[in-house]
Amino acid sequence: MKTKQLFASLLLMAYGLGTAQADYTLNLMEGVTSISKDVYGLHMLVLWVCVFIGIVVFGAMFYSIYFHRKSRGYQASNFHESTKVEILWTIIPTVILILLAIPATKVMLEMDDVQDSEMTIKVTGWQWKWEYEYLDSGIRFFSSLDEASNKARQLNSGIDPRTVPNYLLNVDKPLVVPINTKIRFLFTAADVIHSWWVPDLGWKKDTIPGFINEAWTSVEKAGTYRGQCTELCGKDHGFMPIVVIAMEKADYAAWVAEQKSAAVEAASAAEKDWTQEDLIAQGEKVYANNCASCHMADGAGIAGTFPAVSNSPVVLGDMNAQVELMLNGKGMMPAFGQMLDPVDFAAVATFIRNGLGNAVGDSIQPAAIKSLQAAIPEVVYDDDDE
Amino acid sequence: MSAVTAEHEHDEHHDHGPEKGLLRWIITTNHKDIGTLYLLFALAMFFVGGAMALVIRAELFEPGMQFVSPQFFNSMTTMHALVMVFGAVMPAFVGFANWQIPLMIGAPDMALPRMNNMSFWMLVGGILLLASTLFMEGGAPASGWTLYPPLVLQTGAALPFAIFAVHMLGISSIMGAINIIATIFNMRAPKMTLMKMPLFVWTWLITAFLLIAIMPVFAGAVTMLLTDRFFDTSFFNAAGGGDPVLYQHIFWFFGHPEVYVMILPTFGVASTIIPVFARKPLFGYSSMVYATAAIAFLSFIVWAHHMFTVGMPIAGELYFMYATMLIAIPTGVKIFNWTATMWQGSMTFETPMLFSIAFVVLFTLGGFTGLMMALAPVDFQYHDTYFIVAHFHYTLVPASIFILMAGGYFWLPKWTGNMYDEKLAKFHFWLSAISVNILFFPQHFLGLAGMPRRIPDYAVQFADWNMVSSIGAFIFGFSQLLFLYIVIKTIKGGTGEKVSDEVWEDAHKHGLEWTLPSPVPYHTFATPPEKIPTEHF
Ligand code: HEM
Ligand SMILES: [Cu+2]
Ligand SMILES: [Cu+2]
Repeated sequence: MKTKQLFASLLLMAYGLGTAQADYTLNLMEGVTSISKDVYGLHMLVLWVCVFIGIVVFGAMFYSIYFHRKSRGYQASNFHESTKVEILWTIIPTVILILLAIPATKVMLEMDDVQDSEMTIKVTGWQWKWEYEYLDSGIRFFSSLDEASNKARQLNSGIDPRTVPNYLLNVDKPLVVPINTKIRFLFTAADVIHSWWVPDLGWKKDTIPGFINEAWTSVEKAGTYRGQCTELCGKDHGFMPIVVIAMEKADYAAWVAEQKSAAVEAASAAEKDWTQEDLIAQGEKVYANNCASCHMADGAGIAGTFPAVSNSPVVLGDMNAQVELMLNGKGMMPAFGQMLDPVDFAAVATFIRNGLGNAVGDSIQPAAIKSLQAAIPEVVYDDDDE
Repeated sequence: MSAVTAEHEHDEHHDHGPEKGLLRWIITTNHKDIGTLYLLFALAMFFVGGAMALVIRAELFEPGMQFVSPQFFNSMTTMHALVMVFGAVMPAFVGFANWQIPLMIGAPDMALPRMNNMSFWMLVGGILLLASTLFMEGGAPASGWTLYPPLVLQTGAALPFAIFAVHMLGISSIMGAINIIATIFNMRAPKMTLMKMPLFVWTWLITAFLLIAIMPVFAGAVTMLLTDRFFDTSFFNAAGGGDPVLYQHIFWFFGHPEVYVMILPTFGVASTIIPVFARKPLFGYSSMVYATAAIAFLSFIVWAHHMFTVGMPIAGELYFMYATMLIAIPTGVKIFNWTATMWQGSMTFETPMLFSIAFVVLFTLGGFTGLMMALAPVDFQYHDTYFIVAHFHYTLVPASIFILMAGGYFWLPKWTGNMYDEKLAKFHFWLSAISVNILFFPQHFLGLAGMPRRIPDYAVQFADWNMVSSIGAFIFGFSQLLFLYIVIKTIKGGTGEKVSDEVWEDAHKHGLEWTLPSPVPYHTFATPPEKIPTEHF
């Protein structure tokens, strides 16, 4: 009896701890799509079925434990089989399972039906960021962990995560989608397997290098929905969140127009001549967002895994060889050729030669990078569904 | 000279005792010695794997990175799982098999005693090789115990060593399994027909067949990783025409039966212990045997329920969903049978019984979450979250590990002739049973609320339950030192009270081992027993 009290008070304590932080949940979220609501319904159904079976089975067990004990002088009976009950407790579960399988099959079929979608977004998983490509409007960008979270999550950063808004669930550039629109997603990956999960949409899907997966959603309510990569993808697996902003259709159209004009601006920035100073200043930011997670903020790398950038023979050597390595990657080093726009690429290539303790003195222009990038062949994928 | 001859003559004679000194343990072919070796090794690995788990739980105690780098964190989750599965749970059950199968079927030893010795030392070699990767350039494997490519191919110098370690562990398991099958088929006492074997023997027989079927599959999968990395093959490399998902199919064809390798002997021990303390025969003996066989069969045809999100065709999703749901039926039969065994018994609650009851209850919780995850569309939410972590820990810690504890308390007095300290043992039970729930129950909430598994840091809304879980982990971890203490104390003489031959009231009705003297002599059943207990009929 005492132990039960102890357990109860521990639970209460845990509950007390819990309520101190307002926005935690105990249960699956219902989400904001018809699928996610169906999934939630199925989850609650099977949960209650389990609770019910649990009450019956544990009820019988604890009744027996309480009454059929030697210390109460209970004499053991000697029965040890009964074909009747055994058939009964094989058939009843079978019926329950069939009753569960029917709605589950319905939801499964519904989830699988990507037909009649109104737009398509291709999602590519990279170590450790997401690339989004709107196949209908040509908008394309990368989305990675926001800077505030990234600073706070460093080993012994001294920054309290509780002071960072949406710690580890915020990105520099969220995915924007219109509401009440059937959106087809295509999933693939550039390096290792990742998995794209936003609980409010009701599902996750693996992104697999060399293959394309499909899924669909239609968000019913405008808002910001957050999720994470859910397939172990290397050291920063815990640090590649997903943020989806669902907007009214008109707002979404305005966002698309804005993205398109920004793309034109970026293209002209790639044409103009940049001063070395401007490149270095820009490159420092690019380095912090894209390179520091492996090569470290000070360029020292991690012995045995990630080589140092400071005093690296590649960086101190020929510019073309360095650019070539950055474009195409090598081993665990991702290929940045398609990941960075020409300005950012040229900027960071220039920065590492003139910062982090290096002083080579030269620089490279975005225009030069642009023509190199144009030469990279498009990746061709097998489609594993069709 | 005469002394030498005497020794020699003594050797010729059949019932010589063990070799003196350390050499006894290295060259022994005695099933009891080898059983002891397996059990002690498993216990040591339980603490090694447990220490790794505490590193994980310490890092997850609070949001933010406090102790380890993310890469090392991933190495810890990987090594924790591999050490616990291949170093602790599986060897511990092989230890029980070595000790108990000959005693339960009235055989003098295992059928292949030299191979028995070799399989133990292969295991030690395999685990040491695996552990040595922790000190290699680039660190230990960090891709999870599932070793999925392409990620696993990014492992540093450790990769070939880890793969070779898997090969050694596989060979060791296969040799152990062959030995168990040969023993059960050839060395039973004349009256011990198959349908009179204790359930522990039955479950191990079926498990041994599972092992022989699956370990080569795992060895094949990791060898394909090896050739992909070093010999330019492209089994799993899409750029070369291969398929990363192929690995997952092969792995889980091994992996799903593998989880049953850890649970079927658990069922066997529970089915042995519960009737003794209920003072009643096991309910539904033959349905227990058939249910075990059914589960083993089904375990081969459900593997892709670990892969619902890889993008299978709809027919595949539905098939694997239905097949997985089927497993609930024979699993349910087992749980109902244990309950019926307790029903109208005359129960007492010594420590082995307490652990067994906790097993039935908490394993059922793990079965419930298993059923929930079997529904493919809902698993699209659960998959790769802490909900999964909670599920399989309920099926492994308060199930397999609790039953290992139960079996330890149950048979240790028989093996050593000494009684353990019942008061301390009960204290150990209550500490473990409460803390294991503080540790794992909140993980259901975390998973449902959206926390992915295998992450070293998390959003602040997950902070509270992670803290609770970590507190539970530390209580649970340190409680196990109490088990170590009780075991050592029992081996050294226990409470001083010498136990009777049957140890537990009327145990002789339940198994041959209880008809032997306590402690069990070094050699037993040199001639097969005439009579066998028939209580479970
Ligand atoms: C009623 C019986 C059971 C059912 C229906 C069931 C179902 C499942 C399903 C569907 C998954 C995959 C979930 C996911 O990754 O999304 C899973 C994972 C797992 N189950 Fe079970 N399970 C059952 C019993 C067991 C038992 C008896 C064990 C072990 C002794 C076990 C150990 C595991 C493990 C280790 C994993 C996770 C493996 C990993 O991803 O690392 N399960 N189970
Ligand atoms: Cu990822
Ligand atoms: Cu499975």
